[in-house]
Amino acid sequence: MTRRPPRLLPCGDTAFTIEFGDAIDADLNAAVLALDAVLAEAALPGVVETVPTYRSLTVHCDPVAVDPAELGQEILALARSDLTPPHAGRIWRIPVVYGGEFGADLDAVAEHHGLSSGDVIARHAEPDYRVAMLGFLPGYAYLSGLDPTLALSRRPSPRPITPAGTISIGGAQALVASIAAPSGWHLLGRTPVRSFMPGRDPIFLLAPGDRVRFEPVDPGRWTVLDEAAAAGELVAERLDG
Amino acid sequence: MSVVLVVLSCGAATTLQDGGRRGYLRYGLSASGPMDCIAHAGANILVGNVADASAIEFGLGGGRFRIEGGAVRLALAGAPCPIRLDGEPVAHHRSLVLREGSELSIDRPREGVFATLALAGGIAVEPVLSSASLHLRAALGGLDGRPLHEGDRLPLAPPPLSGEPECCLDPVPIERDRPIRVVLGPQADRFTEAGIDTLLNAAFTVSNRADRMGYQLDGPEIAHGLGGFNIVSDGTVAGAIQVPGSGRPIVLLADRQTTGGYPKIATVISADLRRLAQRRPGETVRFESIPLREAVRQARERAAAIAELPTRARLVADAPDRLLGANLAGNAVDAFDERD
Repeated sequence: MTRRPPRLLPCGDTAFTIEFGDAIDADLNAAVLALDAVLAEAALPGVVETVPTYRSLTVHCDPVAVDPAELGQEILALARSDLTPPHAGRIWRIPVVYGGEFGADLDAVAEHHGLSSGDVIARHAEPDYRVAMLGFLPGYAYLSGLDPTLALSRRPSPRPITPAGTISIGGAQALVASIAAPSGWHLLGRTPVRSFMPGRDPIFLLAPGDRVRFEPVDPGRWTVLDEAAAAGELVAERLDG
Repeated sequence: MSVVLVVLSCGAATTLQDGGRRGYLRYGLSASGPMDCIAHAGANILVGNVADASAIEFGLGGGRFRIEGGAVRLALAGAPCPIRLDGEPVAHHRSLVLREGSELSIDRPREGVFATLALAGGIAVEPVLSSASLHLRAALGGLDGRPLHEGDRLPLAPPPLSGEPECCLDPVPIERDRPIRVVLGPQADRFTEAGIDTLLNAAFTVSNRADRMGYQLDGPEIAHGLGGFNIVSDGTVAGAIQVPGSGRPIVLLADRQTTGGYPKIATVISADLRRLAQRRPGETVRFESIPLREAVRQARERAAAIAELPTRARLVADAPDRLLGANLAGNAVDAFDERD
């Protein structure tokens, strides 16, 4: 795809967004995460926090300390420079129970793509995903790296509630949901891993830039894993040493 | 013996808030914090706290309280809620002492939405991620991750009372008749010119779908451009006016979702967030576009006004009678000139 230069979009007097593009694309996201890493290193005065998404970085600033327009131009210049890709990040193995009551849409997704349910599980559990962003609700991890042969537009009508730990796909995106919420995505499975858990240290498991691998596990292991997670164990395994 | 504030009753939207929780937007957690930061700061200053100390926020409600184990200086600021101490009316925007055996009663405000009850020394709950603010959707912060309700016992850590005189502050008006100021963007280019005209010229009404996450507005539909109403999600800020497919704008606020997939036509300036938050369902909202540099100037003036609050507090004995009288009569907001 052709890349246009990043743009500066005003978000009132306390923030601005550096927009790299308007697509879900691993290269765009890598540029976003690279700028995010540069800003974390630079610790520019007046920058309060940054929020990476698939395709943009929102920079929150203190308008008393800095002029947001000037800061925006400064960071836009950084965004247009050669950005070194961020380091690999952490790698997590996340257990998932697929199908049945854990993933109500697995069979329908398989049928839609002319695959067996086992094929869908294998293709979903195959890639190394990158956590492109966390957003919407606390700990909701949006991943890039979904096998394009699984991509499927959202359900015509959302479900009013889907459980915490839902593993789903929507369009070209894959998601690890942290808390129960409505969703129009296709539910493939469920993980006992809490990506967000008040009272546990750390409260948030995943960070933007982390990598994720899904490990299919037997439904018979759900209760043990879920109880361990409820007691505060991570259950996810760190693979990067 | 520890000092405890006992909640005898309170409205549903009664929460603990402090200055808010910074640094977790990248994990999907919005900052929370007071819906009216000047009310929050004012109440805290009146009891000798720092401006962003933890305090109780009421949303279109009030409550009844007692204290056990000591006495505490407290103050209520923001939406003018009638207050009574043992049945006797008291003015808001002033400090007073609640002693063991007395009952403080706060009624639903006559106008506006949010009021803050500050207690000297703040609320001694354990901060979560460095903040006592409740984030309702995340069930995090506040008292056990939830709003207050009847029977709750809030731990306090009041400094000893040493006979300081009571103080009062002039309320900072909400200016209901003036438009809410916005800066266009970040996605104003996703709307037709007519859509932007609608935003800036039509009268909207706060709908019943209004809470700490956001206020949905009723009114004419805002027309999207040819690109439609779906964008790839990007970050949101407090004050972002997102327009979903219905064309009905939603202003995102303190407990908002941190990212969103609808275009955001404009952003309410930070200095006017409290002015919007204090409008009730059914009240009219109009928007006016201003340049970013003017929004920055307003933010700096507001910060200076908050920093000046301690010097603007006056002894109650020195306050003109009209202050107390006006508050009790229910026209406090009109009784004072707009501050410079």
